[in-house]
This record gives sequence, C-alpha cells and structure tokens, in this order.
Amino acid sequence: MASRTISKDIITLRGSAAIVSEFFGYAANSILYNRGIYPEESFSKVKKYGLTLLLTQDDGVKSFITGLTSQLSEWLEAGKLQRVVLVIMSKATSEVLERWNFNIETDAEVVEKGVIKEKSDKEIMREIQAIMRQIASCITYLPCLDEACVFDVLAYTDKDTTVPMAWVESDAKLINNPQMVKLHSFDTKIHKVDTIVSYKNDEWEDEE
Amino acid sequence: MDAGFSTNVGNNKTIPVMGHQTPDFTSFGYHWCRSATARASSQPSSHDYADRFIPNRTATNMDLAQGLLTIPRKEDSTVGLSASREAYRKLLVDTLLQGRTRILKYRNQPRTPKRSCLEPPQVQPIKQHRYIPKEPEKTMDVSDIACDWQLNLLDWGSNNIIAIAVDDTVYLWNATTKSISEMMTVDGASYPITSVSWDSDCRRIAIGLNNSYVELYDPATNKLIRTLQGNQQNLLVGSLAWNNHLLTTGSADGLIINNDVRIRSPIVSTYKSHRDGICGLKWSPSGQYLASGGNDKLLHVWDISKSDPLHQFNNHTASVRALAWCPFQNNLLASGGGKTDESIKFWNVSSGTCLKSVNTGSEVSGLLWNKSERELVSSHGLPKNQLVLWKYPSMAKMAELIDHLSPVQYLAQSPDGCKLATASTDETLKIWRISEKSTNKKTPRTSFVVGPCNMYSSIR
Repeated sequence: MASRTISKDIITLRGSAAIVSEFFGYAANSILYNRGIYPEESFSKVKKYGLTLLLTQDDGVKSFITGLTSQLSEWLEAGKLQRVVLVIMSKATSEVLERWNFNIETDAEVVEKGVIKEKSDKEIMREIQAIMRQIASCITYLPCLDEACVFDVLAYTDKDTTVPMAWVESDAKLINNPQMVKLHSFDTKIHKVDTIVSYKNDEWEDEE
Repeated sequence: MDAGFSTNVGNNKTIPVMGHQTPDFTSFGYHWCRSATARASSQPSSHDYADRFIPNRTATNMDLAQGLLTIPRKEDSTVGLSASREAYRKLLVDTLLQGRTRILKYRNQPRTPKRSCLEPPQVQPIKQHRYIPKEPEKTMDVSDIACDWQLNLLDWGSNNIIAIAVDDTVYLWNATTKSISEMMTVDGASYPITSVSWDSDCRRIAIGLNNSYVELYDPATNKLIRTLQGNQQNLLVGSLAWNNHLLTTGSADGLIINNDVRIRSPIVSTYKSHRDGICGLKWSPSGQYLASGGNDKLLHVWDISKSDPLHQFNNHTASVRALAWCPFQNNLLASGGGKTDESIKFWNVSSGTCLKSVNTGSEVSGLLWNKSERELVSSHGLPKNQLVLWKYPSMAKMAELIDHLSPVQYLAQSPDGCKLATASTDETLKIWRISEKSTNKKTPRTSFVVGPCNMYSSIR
C-alpha cells in the first residue's frame, strides 16, 4: 500500500510552492492575453494543464514574470505569502480598472514541521485547469478595456519579511465600488489558492 | 434569524454591533456575508456563494475597522468583555488585518505595450512608428531598359522571383538566393518585349511582345508553353493581368482581350471601349472586376460577366497607369494620374463613386497596397522621383523614399509585403525594405487547434 503512493501523490512544501508560483505565471500570461494588455501576436501557444495556453514572447514581460514567480516561490516556501494581486490600470489615468486577487492560505504545520501531504497530481491539475478556463471565459462579463492598460503585481506578505531589492512598499490599489466575481480555487493540501476578480463598475447595468 | 447586527450600507463600511444571543461564529460569518451580498445586488454571481464568507476587503475601510477594534479595548476593561465579543474581535482581526500585512509591489516594470491591440490603428499619430530605411537595400544595374507608360516590364512573383524585361531578354532575379539568370530572349520580329506578368501561383510567366503576341513560358524549364495571337493590328501588348486561368491583355489600340489559356481558341471576350492605348490593367482580388486605365485619361471598371464597362470614370486629367485594388476592403480601387493630373483617387466600384482625391505633386506612375499594413505605396516622377508611403485612410505621408535620379517607371511588391522593387529610366533596379512584419506570420493564427483559447480570438 505504502509503495503505491510514493511517486506522484506526495506533495512537499517546495513542490507545492513550485506548483503555485508556476500557476501564477500562467494565470498572469492568460490574463494579459485575454484582457488585451499586450497585442495578441506577441503570444505563443504552449500545452499546460491539459489546455492550450498562451505565453508572451515579449522579453520584457517574460523576464518580469520569471523574476516575479521565483520570488513568490521563495515566499511560499517560507510560508510568508498571503496574497498576490494583479492590478490592471489605465495607462493614461493610472486608474485601477481590474484587480485579480489570488488569496493564499498556507498550512502552517507544514511550514513549521516539514510534514509531507498527499494529494494526487492529476487532481491538482484538474483544479488548476478549471481556474484557467474560468479566466479565459471571464471576458464574457468583464467590461471592455478600450484604452491602453498597464499591469502591476502586488504581494501581501507578513510584516516581518525582508523586502527584496526588486519590490517596494505600496498601497493596496483598491477599486471603489467594485463588482466582484469569485472563481474556482485549488488546493495542494499545503497551499490553498482562491481567485477573485474585482472590476470597476460600469454605469449600472439595466438588467435589474 | 439571529438578531445579529446591523451594517451601515451607505458608506461601504461594516460596523458590527453585538446581538443579545451568543451566536456561534459560523453564523456570524454567514450573516455578514448576506448583507455584503445584499449591497452588491446587481451582480448575480455573488448570490451563488452566499454560503461562503467573502471578505469584501477591497471595499472595507481598514483604518476605520482597526480604529473600532482598538476603541472598545480602551472603554471596557478586559474583564468586562464577554467571551463571544472577544472571540468575535479575534476573528475580525484575523480576517481584516491578517496580522498586519505588508503590501509589496514588484518594481521591475516591464515595457508597457507600445500598441495595444484594442487601439484602432487609425488613431496612431502621423509620425511613423516603425523605422523605414531611407536608402534602398540593393541597387542593380539594368541598362537600356525601355521606359514608356504603356509598358509593364517588372513583376515580382509569389515565388519571390523578380522578372524584368530589358530590351529583348527577360531576366529572373531570385530574391531568396539573390541570384540572377536569363530566362529567354526574343528574336528580332517581336522585339522588344513590352510586358511581363507572373501568374498567381507562378507556374507560368506571360510575356507580351511588340507584335501583339503573348508568349507563355514555364519558368522551371524556360520553355515556351504557348503563344497567344492577339489583335489583328499588330500593336504591342503593354499590359497583362492574370485572373486564375484567364489572361487579360491590353494593347496599344485600346483593345482588352480576355484569353483562357487552357482552351484551344483562347479568346473568351473582348472589351472595346478605350480610345487610346491601355496603360494599366488590374483584376480585383475577388476576380469579379477588371480595372483598366488608358492614355485617353479614362478609367474603366468592367464586370467579368458583361461586355460593357460597369463604370467609366473621367475624373483624371491625364493618362491613368497606376491602379491598385485594396486587399482589406472590398470594392475599393485606387488610381493614379499622370503628369497634368498628379492625383490619387479612391473609388468604390459597387456604388461607382469617387471617395477621395489626394494631390501628390508629381505624376503617379505606380500604386500598390501594402500587404502587411494598411498603407498605400505610390511611385512618382519629376521632380523628386520618390516613393511615398501613405497611411490609409488618413492619407498621411508615412515615408518618402528618394533615391532614383529619374522618374520611377515600374513598381512591384514582394510576396510577403516587406519589400518593394522599383525600376526607372536612370537604369537601376532598386529593392527597398518597407516593413519588418511579414504577412506570412499571420498564418499561425489560423492554424490554432480548436480549444478554449481559440474561441476568444474570434469573440474579439
């Protein structure tokens, strides 16, 4: 019995951190593509999570995201990361238009004692796949981004984390009166990631 | 339901007030969420998640909430706090403040997108946003090239080979291998060559001659496939245009003949309307319309099924040689006039109206639509002998390429839309680069497998 569970189902803290930070990289790429932040031609297809996902080929954005995910991975292993937020702002007015909020709950026991958890790889992939599909489908209800936009990434960490070189203290970049939609979440048994997208309310919809 | 507590809906702040009973925390969470969702009543999706506690942090005023947490501590002594109040406060602290989180922003900003795909291209500023080299990429010598408005001696085929007729010989310059070869030479009777045209898949090249014959060659073997005998008057065939298997010839007496090159007697129809020699002949991309411009200053548009011209435009005041059909907008034709006219006019051939007329300042000898961008290229004569790149539809000048020493006579575009070839009376053939983006790159889009991501490119 024990030998059966050896290969894929064991999740270590490091493995879980890698899964979550990789997920964030792909989710960020997917959001950038679907919201039209960068031109569609600059993306190329890859296969991941059993889906065809799009990754940016723009060097600037690629290095931004890799730097980001490596730092997130580090924080996740230390159990210090609480949230990651991808903020989309208008280029002209710097007004926050959309906020993609990824809440992370870490199992503190694992961080402190180094316990190993078990969860099937496939199951996790399936959960992530569901989220990626939801992100792609969100353009059906999110308001059109007519203007040029830029994006920022915020990380909510514990107070006692040392601030690395590439990160600065920031405000929360909240939206006034947002509409919120909660998407699926996935759980590696060590980290649980919830996804919420909040967006600026357009004038009141008349579907009331 | 539990008496619970009230929430101040108006200011988006939630001020918890304790109820009489001692509710357990799960119901508190449930209750709070109910009010939160009631506030945001317009969104349907949050109702589905009413069972779960959604902290509406983005709308919570954290400062106020923290203040409210600390104030009761000052007022009551810690003993006076009921157990539920204490526990509730703890829950609040945990959820609202998460042990005093620090928010960090990743600093290394990626380059902001220069051109968002949602921005309409027409809104771009007039200054060119891409670098177009002012010098030609390559210059080749073509001595003794005949220069006459009725001749069309340059063509760039979709196999990336330029065919140019100099005097009595047709040379092929392979733009990929940069090698030049001689294809054929005509004998004295038909000298000189008056027009050259590749067919759409470059299996044949048509060569029009001075004696009204048109010879079809196979470029792979350099062998003569067929000779088409033209009109009786033995006048030169100055213009050629392919439409699948139909080769249309325009000659110096104003006669336009449609030849089906597959059948024994090739002449399918004859269009007789121009009063003077034909300078320009172009089929529309759909193959439905034929535009012909003549030395009689008239521009005719013919429908393939009729023998009378569909439209006869006499707006130009000089011979019309430059003709170009728009690849991205149906039924749009651009025409350019000669020395006394110097204008480019845009026509809608389905309605027969002139949409726009732009004065360019010198005779327009050639017109081409850029395959990769929404631009028009025109070649000119004196005084500057330049090539102009216009942005369509604003007709703003994107670039002016000046290098030829005498009027540019012939203009052709590479199959990927990145380069132009021009030949002029200064006996040079120049290759210019006008775009980096090759139209070939667009095809990966169409080969996407059907998957979730593919659906959204069409929704856009």
